[in-house]
Amino acid sequence: MRHQRRYLPYLYLAPALLLFGGFLIYPLIRSVQFSLFEWDGLGASEFVGFDNYVELFTDEVLRAAFGHALVLILFFSVLPLVLGLVVAAILNRAQVRGLGLFRTVVFLPQVLAMVVVAVAWRQIYAPDGGLNTALRAVGLDALTRTWLGDYTWTLPAVGIVGTWVQTGLVTVLLLAGMGRVPRELFEAARLDGAGAIREFFAITLPSVRGEIAVALTLTIVAALKTFDLVYVTTGGGPGNSTTVPAYEVFQRAFREGAVGSAAAIAVALTAIIFVLNVIVNRIAEGRQG
Amino acid sequence: MITSGTERALNYLILIVFAAFALAPIVTVLAAALSPQSAAAAPGILGLHPENFVDAWTEGEFSRYLRTSLLVSVTVVSVAVVASILSGFAFGTMRFAGSRALFYLFLLGIMVPTEAIVVPLFYDLRDLGLTNTLWAVALPQIAQSIAFGTYWMRAYFRTSPPSLIEAATLDGASPRRVLWSILVPIGRPAVMTLTVLAFMWTWNEFLIPLVMSPNGEFRTAPLALAIFKGQHVQATALLAAAAVLVALPVVILYLFAQRSFIRGMLEGAVRE
Repeated sequence: MRHQRRYLPYLYLAPALLLFGGFLIYPLIRSVQFSLFEWDGLGASEFVGFDNYVELFTDEVLRAAFGHALVLILFFSVLPLVLGLVVAAILNRAQVRGLGLFRTVVFLPQVLAMVVVAVAWRQIYAPDGGLNTALRAVGLDALTRTWLGDYTWTLPAVGIVGTWVQTGLVTVLLLAGMGRVPRELFEAARLDGAGAIREFFAITLPSVRGEIAVALTLTIVAALKTFDLVYVTTGGGPGNSTTVPAYEVFQRAFREGAVGSAAAIAVALTAIIFVLNVIVNRIAEGRQG
Repeated sequence: MITSGTERALNYLILIVFAAFALAPIVTVLAAALSPQSAAAAPGILGLHPENFVDAWTEGEFSRYLRTSLLVSVTVVSVAVVASILSGFAFGTMRFAGSRALFYLFLLGIMVPTEAIVVPLFYDLRDLGLTNTLWAVALPQIAQSIAFGTYWMRAYFRTSPPSLIEAATLDGASPRRVLWSILVPIGRPAVMTLTVLAFMWTWNEFLIPLVMSPNGEFRTAPLALAIFKGQHVQATALLAAAAVLVALPVVILYLFAQRSFIRGMLEGAVRE
């Protein structure tokens, strides 16, 4: 715009910048600052340098928490990707009716509040809940257990909830990507005598490289940020068997009075998420050549 | 494309199995919400017990918490959407020093997880005496929605035809008029998508209201549900009914606006 005054853009930017700066960027910087101190939230704080970060590697509970996050990535990210690829590839091959309805249904878990999801799955996992009832009905009584109270099975049980939430998102994302591939490419492959498997590896998979990268970042970030699901289903238990970094941030900052340690976990988590995003953007840009 | 009969049957089978996997937990909750509260309960209407919703509503004080949720959501969405339109307009249509760096700062903000800001937010706002107020719950969420909203609205304003802006400017329209009388009306789909996404994120948010309102004065519906869960471990029917109440507003919105929901979330994610 020609007659635009020089300060005008900044005037339009001001409200967003003030709110965003004051309530996102500033607290982020404060988190970094907090992470260098030992503070119980009330009394005097003591500068401890990088001690809180060293703790990320030495504290048993924290090491376990990050380990659990890795397990959750399998359930939130890898499993949905495998399922999504298979289903999207099959659906993309054939023009089936009701694809729109299917999309709406499988995407539905994404819009539910995690608390609602947690309440639903607690009922499925309850001692006399849906899962155990189903197992008994088919004579697999030996497999029934208290899914949310078992040292071995609770973490996978929480993970499956993540699989349920993320699979629809991944499938819809991949379907959108595959839909952009010209159909002639598939037809040519078939004329050349390629079967479904060859077609998948030669055409479908390479064409959705970007979407795979995006699906992986979104779901890995969701796995790393898991808080409400753990808070509502297990509270980190039994013992520390399902605690995760985000839950430790909350626990330490607001229950145990270890504010510096909580901030260090939060900063580390943020750094991991940034690095993941950078890597994925590189991959996705590579696709466009 | 020609596909054989078996292949087609198999495709539908996969479609149905997958849809069932997505729906099963939802159906479980709905069934539980309509089941009797105890074995001794009256038979109910057609064997169903819709009165559970009334009981959950009154016992869990959900009218109060849903009102709080609505207040928080409307505040966050209206402030965030207006601020995002303004900033997106600046980034999308104007040239100015530092625009690239500032835009990357907003982009960076999209990636910052709530965990990374919630600790100092609580302690700093507590010192200001702002915890347990609407602002402690709303302002951080406004900032988060603005990060995405700025990116989203910039993308829209960049695609709006420069000739349109040019012509209006030649006719003597001020930038303010160009924005509110021309660009925003034709950009209604983009604004709508941002609005429903921001509403959903705010309605479903858990950590911020949990931390920023420790005495529960600004307890939102999802939090009330978590607390209700603690108090009604045995009463699955009531708990399920409460869960349905909390989910319903977003689910209704989703069913009405599912196209812009899915498109918004995917496009926002792909960042093209």
